Formats: sequence, C-alpha cells, structure tokens
Amino acid sequence: MAEAVLEVSGVTAGYGPAEVLFGVDLTLERGEVAALMGRNGAGKSTTMKAIMGMLPPRAGQVRFAGQDITGWAPYRIARAGLGYVPEDRRIFTDLTVAENLEVGRRPAQGARAAWTVERLYEIFPNLAEMRGRRAAAMSGGEQQMLTIARTLMGNPEAVLLDEPSEGLAPVIVELMAEAVLRMKAEGLAVLLSEQSLDFAAAVSDRAYVIEKGSIRFAGTMAALEADDHIRTTYLTV
Amino acid sequence: MDFGFLVVQSLSGLASASSLFVIASGLTLVFGVTRIVNFAHGSFYMLGAYMAVTVVPWLLDFDRSPLLFFTGVLVSAAVVGVLGVVMEVLLLRRLYKVPELFQLLATFGVVLMVQDAVLWIWGPVEIPGPRAPGLRHGVEILGQRFPAYELFLICVGPAVLGLLWLLMHRTRFGILIRAATRDREMVGALGVNQALLFTGTLFLGAFLAGLGGALQIPRVSANSQMDLSIITEAFVVTVIGGMGSVPGAFLAAVIIGQLNSFGVLIFPKITLVLVFLLMAVVLVVKPWGLLGRPEPAAGRAALPEGILATPRFGLWEKVILAVVLAATLAVPVFGDAYTVKVATEVLIFALAAFSLNFLVGNGGIVSFGHAAYFGLGAYAAGLLVTKGGFAMEPALIAAPLAGAAFAALFGFFVVRLTGIYLAMLTLAFAQIAYAVCFQWVEVTGGDNGVVGVWPSAWARSREVFHYLVAGCCILGIAALRHVIYAPFGATLRAARDSEQRADAIGIDVRMHRWLAFTLAGAAAGLAGGLYAFSKGSIDPTLLAIPMSIDFLAMLLLGGMQTVMGAVAGAAAFHTIKDFFMPLTDHWRFFLGASIIALVLIFPRGLSGAYGALRRRA
Repeated sequence: MAEAVLEVSGVTAGYGPAEVLFGVDLTLERGEVAALMGRNGAGKSTTMKAIMGMLPPRAGQVRFAGQDITGWAPYRIARAGLGYVPEDRRIFTDLTVAENLEVGRRPAQGARAAWTVERLYEIFPNLAEMRGRRAAAMSGGEQQMLTIARTLMGNPEAVLLDEPSEGLAPVIVELMAEAVLRMKAEGLAVLLSEQSLDFAAAVSDRAYVIEKGSIRFAGTMAALEADDHIRTTYLTV
Repeated sequence: MDFGFLVVQSLSGLASASSLFVIASGLTLVFGVTRIVNFAHGSFYMLGAYMAVTVVPWLLDFDRSPLLFFTGVLVSAAVVGVLGVVMEVLLLRRLYKVPELFQLLATFGVVLMVQDAVLWIWGPVEIPGPRAPGLRHGVEILGQRFPAYELFLICVGPAVLGLLWLLMHRTRFGILIRAATRDREMVGALGVNQALLFTGTLFLGAFLAGLGGALQIPRVSANSQMDLSIITEAFVVTVIGGMGSVPGAFLAAVIIGQLNSFGVLIFPKITLVLVFLLMAVVLVVKPWGLLGRPEPAAGRAALPEGILATPRFGLWEKVILAVVLAATLAVPVFGDAYTVKVATEVLIFALAAFSLNFLVGNGGIVSFGHAAYFGLGAYAAGLLVTKGGFAMEPALIAAPLAGAAFAALFGFFVVRLTGIYLAMLTLAFAQIAYAVCFQWVEVTGGDNGVVGVWPSAWARSREVFHYLVAGCCILGIAALRHVIYAPFGATLRAARDSEQRADAIGIDVRMHRWLAFTLAGAAAGLAGGLYAFSKGSIDPTLLAIPMSIDFLAMLLLGGMQTVMGAVAGAAAFHTIKDFFMPLTDHWRFFLGASIIALVLIFPRGLSGAYGALRRRA
C-alpha cells in the first residue's frame, strides 16, 4: 500500500448546536484520486471544511504529510500543501482572472515542477483568453476552471475538490474530468466530493460513501460500481 | 454672485473634499478588509495633527524648508500608522469574531482612552501649527485671492487616490486586500496569513488618517475635539461612497465638499443637516452607497445576538424584583438627597436602555443614535415649559410624542437598511438632530442649551419627583416588556433571526420594524422628558454620540441577551459612572478601558453571568 498523504480519523464537527459529522475516517494516498460520495446534506462539504480547518473539528485527528494539523488555522494548512477548491467556487469577483491566480500563488516546496500562470493557461486555454477580465463577468464553467487553477497556483501536494461537476454543462464536466486526471498525472493526490457516480467513476481509484455524517463504504471504485446495495441505499435519489 | 467668487468657493470645497478623502479612504480600506467600523479612526486623525504640531516645528527649527515640513508630516503619519498596528495586534485581533455592535463599542472605548491620553500629553489648550514653507502666499484666481496651501491640498486627494489605485492593482499586498474585501475566509484557505494582512491594512488605514490630520495643521489648530467631529464626516463619506470602496469615498468626498461650500451660502445654519440628508437619500436609493456592493455574508457570527429566550419570572426573579421595587420606593424615605438624585437618574436611564434593547436585543435593529430620541423628548419638554409657558404635565405628554414622531420620521428610512449601514444611518440622524439643536441658537440656546426646566410645584421636591419618575419608568418598562412577550415581540425576533424566512411566511418586516422603532422612540422620549425636569435644563450633550454610547454600554454591561439585563446594566453603569467621575480627571480613560474589558472578557453582561450561575445551580 502506498504512503498516505492525508489521514482523517474519528473527526466530528458541526455548526453551533447541530452535529454534522460523527467520526469520519478516511485516508488519501499519495498520487491517487479518491471520491467522497453521498447525497446532498450527507456531510461531504463539511468533511472538507473540517479537514481544511475552516470548521475546526470537535474531536478526532487530521494528519497531513506526517504532521498533525488538527486545529491549525486554514492558512497554515494551505501552506503545508493542502489545496482546497470550494463547492461554491468563491471566486474574487472584483478581481481579474490574473489577479485571482495571484492571490493563490505560493512557492513550490518539493522537487516537482512549480505551477506557473503559463502552465495553467495551457491546461485551461479559456482562462488565457480572458486573463484581464473581471471574474464576475465569467460563466459558471469558466469560474470553476479559475477556482481550480487558483488552488493549483499554491503548488499543493494534495487537493480537496468539492463537487467539481455540480451545475455545469456536460462539455465543461468533461473538461473538469480531464483537469482531475491531469492533476493526478502531475503526481497530486485529489479527494473529490461527488454526487455523480459517472464523473467519480471516470476519474477515481477509490471511493468512500458518506451518509448522515458517517462513512458507510470504503473500497475501490470498481467495488462500489459492483455493489448495487450500497449504491441504491446511499447514492441514488 | 460673480463667476470668480463661485470658482473660488468651489475650489475651497475641493480642498476640504481632498482632506476628507484622505481620511475616509483609510477608514473604508480598514472596513473592507476587517469588517470593523473603526471609531478610533478619528482618534488617529487627531493624533496625526498633534504629532505634526510637535514634530514639524522642531524640524523647521533646523531649516524652514518645504522638504522638512513634508518630512515632518510623513513622519507623523507613519507614527500614527504604527499606533494602528498596535491597536490591531492588541485589540482588533480579538474582535474579528464578535458581533459588530461590540466591535463599534470597543473601538469607541479606544476613542475615550485616546482623548484622555491627548489631554494628558498635550494639555487642554489648542496648539496652532506652523504654516507650510513655500506655500504661505496667496494665488490670484479670477480676481480672488486663494491660499496656495489650499491649492496644494486639492492636488493631494487625487494623488492619494492614484497612489492607492497603484497599490491596490499593482502590488500583491493590494490585490490581497481587494480579495479579502470580498471573501477573507477564502483568502486564508489559499494560504494567506490574514493576521499579517490585517495588520498591514491597519497600518495603511491609520497612516492615511494620520496624514489627513498632519496636513491640517496649517489650517486648524490641533484640539481635543477633532476626533469625533471628523469621524462622523468620514463615516458619512464612506457610507455614501459605499463601505470598502476607495473610488466611492473619493466621489462622495467631492460631492460633500461642494455641498458644504455652496450650502453654506444658501443655508448657512444647516450645512450639517444637508450632508446627512444627502446620506439618507443616497442610502434609500442605493442601500450600499454609490459604488458599494452588498455585504458578503461570509465570516459573520452565525448565532443572532440578542434575546434568545423569554422566560417568565421564576420565584427567585420575583423575589429580586420585589426587593428592587421596594428599594426603589424606599429610597426617598431612607436615602439622602444625593442618593435620591442618583436613583431617579437610574430609573430614567433604565427606561431609555430598556427601550434600546427592545430594538437591539429583541429586534436586531442596532441603533447607534438612540440618544436622538431621548434628547428630542428632553428638548420638546424643556422648550414647551420655558418658551411655550406650558406646565410640566402637558410637557411630559409631549416628550414621548416628540420621541415617537421623530423616530417614525427617521425610522421610515432606517428600516429600509440592515447591518452596519443601518447603524450608520441611525448615527447620522442622531447627528442631524444634534446639529439642529446645536446650531439653531435662537430657539434651542445652542451649545448652552436652556435652563429653568422645572417640574410643577407639586412635584418640585426631590422625593415626590422621584415617585413620579418611578411611576412613569416602571410603567414604561412593564409595557415594553409586555410587548416583547406579545406576538409582536416574537415577530420582531423572527425577523431578526431571518428576515427572508419571516418575509416568506407573510410578515411585513419593514412595517413591524418601523412600529418597533417608533415605540422605542416614544419610550426614549419619555425618559428624556423626565431627565430634562430632573436636571432643570437641556443642552445638546443629551443627544450627542457619547450619550448614545452610554446607552449601548448599559446594554453591554447588563447583557442584551436577556429581557431585564438593560435595567441592571443602567443601574450598574450609572452608579459607577456617577461615583467615579468626580474622583478622577481621567474618567474617560477608565470608561474606555472598562468598555473594552467588558467586550473582551464579559461579552454576555451581568445578567448573562447571572443566567450562567443559575444554570449551574
């Protein structure tokens, strides 16, 4: 088994009096793509926020690249090499495309080739054409590309990708899948949350299924596709 | 009026617009990034002026050169910038997560502390500054003489705007500031250390305030009232321009500068009113200012601040209530004249504070100018008795009516807004009322106010008057409390917690808030009327900012989460203040420090501590 870059064990988290996560366990290995599957409200985004320190875990532990990062401020976690692409994109709408990328820029840490604006423009040619445009004037798909590119500018080891295909046209969804595979090819580990089995199956090696704040399934993507019971109980609407 | 005169008038408007912009740009930047409305920005401005009148003459002793003059100005601004950093590290850093009302109060605590510090260091006498070498002459413009320094100031504004634009668009620091203004949490998730960004922003903001102050020294002497007079103007500029928008602040400053310099020709007495009226109109048409954007919701405290539960009185509370009521009624029997006076005032402030918590705690309507309705009630009663020749009884009926009438008028605009814009508009209306009372000397007596506001003969003794006040205030508080428990009160809480959901189940949120604002105005007006008779006089301090702050501090001390907290807060606050004020020359310093301490250590107030105690028992 390959070395784990991210280990989440027994994490609970919630908003005010409402508990959302009840002891989530998952691991992400170096260079793999794992999917966190589940319906709306199952706790996918909350898991990612808890890992990222934006919603500090109430119990449990998050380890990243050998360090215990539980309770760290989000900026320290990001600097440690964990990138985060939020579900609602959270583009800086007043800034241009190039300025959005600038906000994400951090020096590369390992020996891997650093992401540069030019390399990202190669992967996302649409962004290159509108580098001077204000982000508010972009379509949803273009914003989704920008938010991924912005996170890659931080040269992360691993990326949390929250619902990358949500609300996008099929053509753009294909571009997203390509982008995820490209990240994998570059050696990045990706944990993506998804509702669509098709998208997850196209890009992921392994899958977790979350329901009511607990992991109900962990295994290979092939095993999930083969397991009708899990799929009908936790995934189909 | 000839053309040359108009041009010169307009130029002098531009000069003051320029100065105003330099100050307001700092305020708006700091607000954009930290979401804190920094009252202490005015103090930074004042400190800039004091630093400059200290540093610049010393430098000019070496050589009366423009270079040394402007070096002195920049050094002063930089020192103030460092003070801004100190404030961010020691105070603001602990405030980012607390509700905005507490942030405002804490920064006002800094205002009070700085005021005393300035008096202590530089003394009470105004300090005139040196004139700028090389810019002391006048320039002939279309037959009119115009000071060269004013021409220089006109250039400063656009220069600062240009430099800020470069900073915001061409440097990483500036890009991060603009990004954080939209979504600071996301900036953090991308690996940016917000603490450093905020500290840097505070340096920049305080530097600009200090620069604005230092540049004023050839025009106005440094004095200890500069802070509050500039801060309201700077608030108005940032609110009209859109909070967080630097170009908006520039536009607003130019408009206000022109309005002031021509308004003074047409309505010499009411220039202040014109400015605030402009603000009211702009906010009603564009609720986020000329170039502002809707406030991003990210990063705000999730739980509503205010009354969460409305329990009936339990046994213990009934006992406490009975003891307090008995003590209130027994004061004239056992207490000396001083005790009776303090007890009477406590009752009055209890009613005023309760009416404010009816808005803030129960309705989520954070009014920063509640003293307006208190003061207008006092003026209505006082003027009817002294100028109108009426007796106390009709005057005491007129006081709540006046409070209600003005609250209805101002409230009509106020309830159209929410959050920080609402708070700023209430403050602006209070300043309008203050300005009218201050400037309309023939009727209101101006700064001195009016004396001889005495109760009718039967109520003239301290003891009888105490019972009169007790009757009015206890009835008033009981009535408001009843409204909090009534469906109307519950509706207000619903609208406070979620305006959209309340709206969706068919509640006319604006109408309810308007009625609540009017009702609270009436109660505050009654309190003000009673206060006028207890003092025997009225003056503009009754509706000035410090009075509004006192009311808010009472809520803070008492705890705005509970129904009766405001009463306890008023009693504690007023007794402590009345006791300590005569003992020290530095009561402002201690008051400011106490407010800050309360916000930091004791954010739930006295009754919150009592509630925690009860839950533990």
